[in-house]
Amino acid sequence: MFHAGEVVAVIGENGAGKSTLMRIIGGVYQPDAGEIRVDGEVVTIPSVARATDLGIAFIHQELNLASNLSVSANIYLGREPRKFKPLNFIDSQQMTTQTKEILSQLSLDLSPNILVENLSIGQQQMVEIGKALSQKARLIIMDEPTSSLTQHETNHLFELIRTLKSSGVCIVYISHRLAEVNQIADRVLVLRDGKNSGELAREEVTHDQMVSLMVGRELKQYQQRQIQQTCKPMLEICDLVISELATKPINFTIYAGEVVGMFGLVGAGRTELAEAIFGVRETISGTIKVDNQEADLETPRQAIEAGVAMVPEDRRVYGLIVESSVCDNITLPSLNCYQWAKFIREKETKRVTKQMVEDLNVRTTNIFNNVETLSGGNQQKVVLAKWLSLAPRVLLLDEPTRGVDVMSKSEIYQLIENMVSQEVAILMISSDLEEILRISDRVLVMHEGTLTGELQREELSEEAIMKLATGKQ
Amino acid sequence: MKKTLGIFLLLTAIFLITGIIEPRFMQSGNMINMARWTGLYGILAIGACFVIITGGIDLSIGSLVGLTGALFPLLLVREGVPIVIGFVLVFTCAVTIGLIHGLLITKLKLQPFIVTLCGLFIYRGIARYITGEINQGFGNGFGGLRLLVKYRLFDKIPMPFIILIGFGIVAAIFLNKTIYGRYLLALGRNRDAARFSGVNTDSMIIGAYIICSVLAGFGGMLFALDQNSVQPSTFGNFYELYAIAGAVLGGCSLRGGEGTISGVIFGTAMVEVIKNSVFFLNVPTESEFTVIGFVILIGVTFDELIKRMAIGQKTRIVDT
Repeated sequence: MFHAGEVVAVIGENGAGKSTLMRIIGGVYQPDAGEIRVDGEVVTIPSVARATDLGIAFIHQELNLASNLSVSANIYLGREPRKFKPLNFIDSQQMTTQTKEILSQLSLDLSPNILVENLSIGQQQMVEIGKALSQKARLIIMDEPTSSLTQHETNHLFELIRTLKSSGVCIVYISHRLAEVNQIADRVLVLRDGKNSGELAREEVTHDQMVSLMVGRELKQYQQRQIQQTCKPMLEICDLVISELATKPINFTIYAGEVVGMFGLVGAGRTELAEAIFGVRETISGTIKVDNQEADLETPRQAIEAGVAMVPEDRRVYGLIVESSVCDNITLPSLNCYQWAKFIREKETKRVTKQMVEDLNVRTTNIFNNVETLSGGNQQKVVLAKWLSLAPRVLLLDEPTRGVDVMSKSEIYQLIENMVSQEVAILMISSDLEEILRISDRVLVMHEGTLTGELQREELSEEAIMKLATGKQ
Repeated sequence: MKKTLGIFLLLTAIFLITGIIEPRFMQSGNMINMARWTGLYGILAIGACFVIITGGIDLSIGSLVGLTGALFPLLLVREGVPIVIGFVLVFTCAVTIGLIHGLLITKLKLQPFIVTLCGLFIYRGIARYITGEINQGFGNGFGGLRLLVKYRLFDKIPMPFIILIGFGIVAAIFLNKTIYGRYLLALGRNRDAARFSGVNTDSMIIGAYIICSVLAGFGGMLFALDQNSVQPSTFGNFYELYAIAGAVLGGCSLRGGEGTISGVIFGTAMVEVIKNSVFFLNVPTESEFTVIGFVILIGVTFDELIKRMAIGQKTRIVDT
């Protein structure tokens, strides 16, 4: 039951049925039983078009915008105002004025004619909301809207949600980020294994309450681990200049058995830096030393041989071959270790995969299942498993827990722990401040392609990090 | 595996139906003939399969058949080069061409379609130029060499078919049992992810184009020995399309990352059987291409429909 003018958060682990439920409401899937009522009337929603008619809009986690079209063209895609009736020309003038109105409603300072590809992810999200508004939506479903937004953009989104709420729109907010849910939701609906496992009113919403309803058991709280005092430099970056970034050289060192968090806003160049270290991106000058040895890292192959591993940001594009099996994925980087005269020793690959699947608690019925059948959290564990058998000395993690459920998240943190105790040097890029503060021994902050600062454990605070990330001195 | 079985059943069905309608189709002479053609085209199709698995395409196969098919007799007959040297020269030529294709596609990042389309024109032109448009052949000589295509095991199984099975076994082992085969399939499905896993994608792709050109070059020599009359301007025309058709019918996806050698061999056999059936069922030979086109279209459509049904089932399982 969703009321006008309220924000309802829907939470649950991956596979709990959040997306399925929302897709039924959005007209993508059909229910097997039960009924849906809108304004007290029983309705069937056989298609997305019908959902739109009923005033239901769905903003997907992956944005569905045509990046080669302008903002106004996207907002009115398929519903363009027409002129010269029989010929149906697009009435661009009217479209522009109407778009301007919507943009001002969103307090978004954008030209309606700017191409979507020139917008930041945050702005694109706003355009999606604008599209929903232009359809006179009364119920807007947002699936993980903040997963790729910066803190600043998230705040903007929340302001907007509050404005929409006061104008009588109902927002259904799906998220993994409990802190945000705490901040924005009037009511929290918790799903588990496809069932409603509980509902919390505003005053009952606490982090622990939500977690216990989601997992149905008590979660072991993460404890800040003892910082190990090692002074063995594992990864040294000296005067590194990367072609796409600012010309100011980058310098830093990561010691064995240390987790260095790296924060920055979208576009700060964190991913580019990690990719340069991993040999994916070209560097102009500078040296990289791994374990005191200068390493020539021009291809990922060379990086891997030097003991560097990377868990990329977009696992479905760079991390995994989703049409291949769990076994094929896990053994791909280390295949050279399981060969005899270049023939794959299948027994060996099977053994290693089984071991990894067990160690990392990857939930799959069969190691020959395609990776695409796994949930996001389990897919991410497969990406990590790819590297573990190679025993890397430097591990680059780019947004390791994005789109990952709470259970898998804590398992991934546990894994990072274990790696650290084996003296691996870890660089963890994250946009999740909570995560950065929780895991890092030290934090590096980037802003517009340069390293703007380094914070020791005792100096860490959200404010200090944000200050550096926004470039304020 | 299921796909291969499907194509095999379809092949058998067409085979039996034509056989029942026109018993002459089943006579051993005709069977031997079809096996011979399948052998010759199959070698090209295996090459095409490797390139298609990387997500690429090779349109120059036919012209390369024309070039090597003309070059081989030209070297042996007109220039009097010893057989082994002639063989090595043609082989080197094919490797070089494949290497150039691969380098242009990976290092300059040109599109495979364009690179090999240019190849299609260039090699045809070279073939016509070096021969001066004069037909090439072995005449009545080189009997021993021509046994390579003329010999029949047990008086029945034609040599090209045996060669195809030999190549097929090697290719299948390479693709399924070695790390390189695994790398090829991986990069065909997701090149970025393969690169991020440390696979040297560029050299694997270059390797695939070399394999394709070498098989085309070898096929060209066999075709020349078989036909014994090579007209430089037409020899091998459209062969790349037969090779690609065989590979696609056999389950290769042009998106890359998919394909089995056994499927490709069945696919090629299918094309040959259809061609032959068209002849035996008194369909006017002018419509041969139309029939082949429709059969491939129907095959690919069915495949897509079955795939969609499978995906539909899968999502239902995940949902519940």
